[in-house]
Amino acid sequence: MEKTQTPSRTASFILAWLILFLTWLMFTSTFATQEVVTGLITSLLIALFTSRFFTCCNLSIFSPVKLLYLIEYLFVFLWALIVANLDVARRVISPKLPINPGIVKFKTKLTTDFSKMVLANSITLTPGTISVDIIDDTYYIHWIDVKSLDPEEAKKDIADKFERILLKIF
Amino acid sequence: MNHILEIIGLVLLLIGGTFLFLGGLGILRMPDTYNRLQTGTKATTLGGMSVILGVGFLEPDWLIKTLVLVIFIALSNPISSHALARANYKRKNYPYLKGGKEYDKYREVYQKEEEEETA
Repeated sequence: MEKTQTPSRTASFILAWLILFLTWLMFTSTFATQEVVTGLITSLLIALFTSRFFTCCNLSIFSPVKLLYLIEYLFVFLWALIVANLDVARRVISPKLPINPGIVKFKTKLTTDFSKMVLANSITLTPGTISVDIIDDTYYIHWIDVKSLDPEEAKKDIADKFERILLKIF
Repeated sequence: MNHILEIIGLVLLLIGGTFLFLGGLGILRMPDTYNRLQTGTKATTLGGMSVILGVGFLEPDWLIKTLVLVIFIALSNPISSHALARANYKRKNYPYLKGGKEYDKYREVYQKEEEEETA
């Protein structure tokens, strides 16, 4: 699979350290000096060994514009999650079971593996769709109520609102 | 203040419980694995998230830790459902289709492989 941008070792190391240290802070939920120092050292050690797996993004992810888009993405995603659950609830409760399932496909414009994964996970948690497979840039999506078999139309319904933001972040 | 937190927590527990129940009902009612995954994944994600957050609101000391758990659930749940769906298709367990065969666009990927095998 092609990679347009591989982040440098230092970038992924800093990112790994930061994420691990933040997780430590949230788990201990205290700012006592000894806890913070222990956390800094352990997360440094773990980051040294595991940073090669943190290939998600460059340090440019910390630019304010991208952070704003990340926050927008979070809200779009949470809203879609709530709508998805109400949609599922409606289908489950109604006695006629209004489903018309099928597997549709469409192509994405995203290039990095990580952004494709984020999009696939978002699709799984949004109304009526779960991602079954990704082959290169083609998504195969199980849709509980198929509205269109045309790739463009399906994409407009399923993925456009996420892809628009993800293209700006990654 | 404590009362408000308690009410928020209890409401979240109620919402979570309702969605988890609906998810279970969906698993009973849906015709095939893929549709069961649809209800299963979504309901357990939001249901589990709001139950855990509700506990966090009832015990404010745990709130940040429960937030970490919520993030982990949001990250791991869709991946497991995707793996289940894909493995299921590889086992040739084809989805239930109301509208006929053209509703399954994924079939062509495997048909090609099967043809290559027989050729």
